[in-house]
Amino acid sequence: MASTVLTPTKPAKAGKPGGSGRGSGGFGPGGSGGGGGWEGYRVPSRTYRLGMWFGLGGIVMLFAAFTSAMVVRRGMSFDWASIAVPRILWLNTGVLLASSLTLELSRRALARRSATQFNRWLYATLVLGLAFLGGQLVAWRELASRGVYLATNPSSSFFYVLTAAHGLHLAGGIIALGYVVFRAGSMVRGLTRRTPLDVAAIYWHFMDGLWIYIFFLLTRWS
Amino acid sequence: MAEMQAEIVHRHEAPKAFIWKYIFSLDHKVIGIQYYLLALFSVFVGLTLSILMRIHLVWPQASIPLLDKVSPLGAPGGVISPEYYLSLLTLHGTIMVFFVLTTAPQGGFGNYFLPLQIGAEDMAFPRLNMLSFWTTFAGLAVLMATFFIHDGPPIGGWTSYPPLSAVGGAAGPGMAVGETLWVVSIAIFCVASMLGAINFIATTLDLRARGLSLMKLPLTCWAWFLTAILGLLSFAVLLAAGVLLLLDRTGGTSFFIPGGLLVSDKPILHSGGSPLLWQHLFWFFGHPEVYIAILPGMGVTSHVLSTFARKPIFGYRAMVYAMSAIGVLGFCVWGHHMFVSGMSPYSAFAFSVLTMAIAIPSAIKTFNWIGTLLGAKIRFSTPMLFSIGFVSLFVTGGLSGIFLGQPPLDIYFHDTYFVLAHFHMIMGVASIFGIFTATYFWFPKMFGRMMNETLGKIHFWITFVGVYAIFMPMHYLGLEGNPRRYAEFIDNFLLPLMSVHRFISIAAFITGAAQLIFLFNLIWSLFKGKKATENPWEATTLEWTVPSPPPFDNFAGKHPVIYHGAYEFSVPGAEKDYIMQNSPEEVAADH
Repeated sequence: MASTVLTPTKPAKAGKPGGSGRGSGGFGPGGSGGGGGWEGYRVPSRTYRLGMWFGLGGIVMLFAAFTSAMVVRRGMSFDWASIAVPRILWLNTGVLLASSLTLELSRRALARRSATQFNRWLYATLVLGLAFLGGQLVAWRELASRGVYLATNPSSSFFYVLTAAHGLHLAGGIIALGYVVFRAGSMVRGLTRRTPLDVAAIYWHFMDGLWIYIFFLLTRWS
Repeated sequence: MAEMQAEIVHRHEAPKAFIWKYIFSLDHKVIGIQYYLLALFSVFVGLTLSILMRIHLVWPQASIPLLDKVSPLGAPGGVISPEYYLSLLTLHGTIMVFFVLTTAPQGGFGNYFLPLQIGAEDMAFPRLNMLSFWTTFAGLAVLMATFFIHDGPPIGGWTSYPPLSAVGGAAGPGMAVGETLWVVSIAIFCVASMLGAINFIATTLDLRARGLSLMKLPLTCWAWFLTAILGLLSFAVLLAAGVLLLLDRTGGTSFFIPGGLLVSDKPILHSGGSPLLWQHLFWFFGHPEVYIAILPGMGVTSHVLSTFARKPIFGYRAMVYAMSAIGVLGFCVWGHHMFVSGMSPYSAFAFSVLTMAIAIPSAIKTFNWIGTLLGAKIRFSTPMLFSIGFVSLFVTGGLSGIFLGQPPLDIYFHDTYFVLAHFHMIMGVASIFGIFTATYFWFPKMFGRMMNETLGKIHFWITFVGVYAIFMPMHYLGLEGNPRRYAEFIDNFLLPLMSVHRFISIAAFITGAAQLIFLFNLIWSLFKGKKATENPWEATTLEWTVPSPPPFDNFAGKHPVIYHGAYEFSVPGAEKDYIMQNSPEEVAADH
């Protein structure tokens, strides 16, 4: 019995840094209440970011499926007629790129705890996001005025499907940023974590990149 | 910092109000039970549908009481019409695949036991968890609504192939509103599954107790984790396909509808779409879905075999790698569902080889299960019987897969009862056996009472013999060329097979009735079962270190620390024949 000790490995480190980090990574109490019993339950910010990255993995698969459907549908039919994409899409692209920039500026302002700057850039991001969605609607109206509707041609079908799917996702991002605006005050004062902003930012920039991809797809391949 | 916090005790109290405690609960245990109840309801609906189908196949003129009340159009006078048979078939498949095999093993047991087994207080995102359940519920409600619309549920089958699924009412009863509801229901289900999957992945990666490295995880957790990844990636593709199908049905697009189509003498004004495109998208989801259904069953079987054989699982790492390999390969073989779609023989060859390759990790798993049992002093309790049954069914169902994976054979077997036999054995019944294993094994932990062993064993033997009696003869029917999805067998070459069908139907009635024993046992044990101790099976994982049922915050605010692997049974020199994962016991090496 008293010979060499075999089994227990040192429990010094968890599989991933941090291990069960319940309670770590926050500034003080708080957290969104409701439901009862969960006021104190919080997971590290890292977990939220991880969840977001995997969520984006799912979104990638969604758009990959749309893309492959588009490639197949185009490649195997004789009825594909390319449509000229509305020019306003170039402007919209610029607006969305600018929104990513303003979002980063607001995050830096938060790191400096500069409330005015933080709010200013956050609102700018929201406005630019809404402007992008408005611009997409204008693009739809323009196509409709040309007589190009959802069912006009497979290329227009994919145009509407891809822009609508992206627009819906971006609208989700706007709601998330709205939530950040709602909590902005306590974030600046350090009363709540900045996790919602960081996670929303990952999502927002991803939506930006996704739009560039879709735009490329619509202008070059469609 | 982490080490300091491990000592801090944060007790959390359960909410008091009924609605927050049981309906819109954020507690993973309550959500797990909600998923389980949803699946339990669904499985009995699905079972009833299959019984109705088996009645109709053998006694096509039988009048079934009350059925004309449910569908005056589909079953006038209680006699099932051929179209209504297809409705039953569609709903049977859809309910079973989505709302039973995808929800109970993952949403049900995964939700309940993943946090407990990794020493976490809850899933990573409790609100997301609640949202996934209620979204799933909405999906089921929409699907169930199809029973109560004028012309009944759709007749398109669970695969819902276009063009007939895309052209509306011309394609038959249920294909107007019913089919639209079907697509909406499945799209909702896709969203729910993806939300759930994100939670499972983040929880497994980030909330493990200290010392619980990936290679010390119980195999159940590995299975849930891999299933979540599969679900996240594949349901997204089905969602995309569903959106396109919905637009074809309601928006006038032509993604899947070809030109020049005449359905029921009605010209369909679409052009240029590709029905095969749907098949590609659907099966890119559909094949991983098979593993989504069975991987958790593999996990719980490994877990239970080891526990009741009182031996470490044979080849733990090999089990992990085999499950991962099955997951990866699962994404590369969707074409084997489409061998008869006119694909290039070169593609078919590639899909065939990749399909055959799945036999390797599957064989590794089977080998290791048998290796675990070899020379063991087995405790034959009900969960153990069901997990051995799982292995048996997995082997039986897997072997016919080797036939079907070869294009020359599949061209003959395609759309016959041979296929039916194959996927019911492996995806249907084997996965259900996984669910039974988990139910009998974890019921004491979930409800604090033991299930009745005698009833459990009676249930096992009738079900085990019963499913073989139902599905083995179907191989023969397939070899004889009996096509699937026929409502009645009036062709000359099918009439001699009626006696086999009669045998299958009777076996199905008996096996179906035996499930009432299970239901009775479940309800009876809930109130009258013997009180369960903390660790009635003398198992090693963390859920058995907390009271049965576990408190609201699982570990009463403490953070367990892990010292041992998940399957340290009969370790030489140890005090007992099992070592709890969180036991600081040091064992002397004498071998």
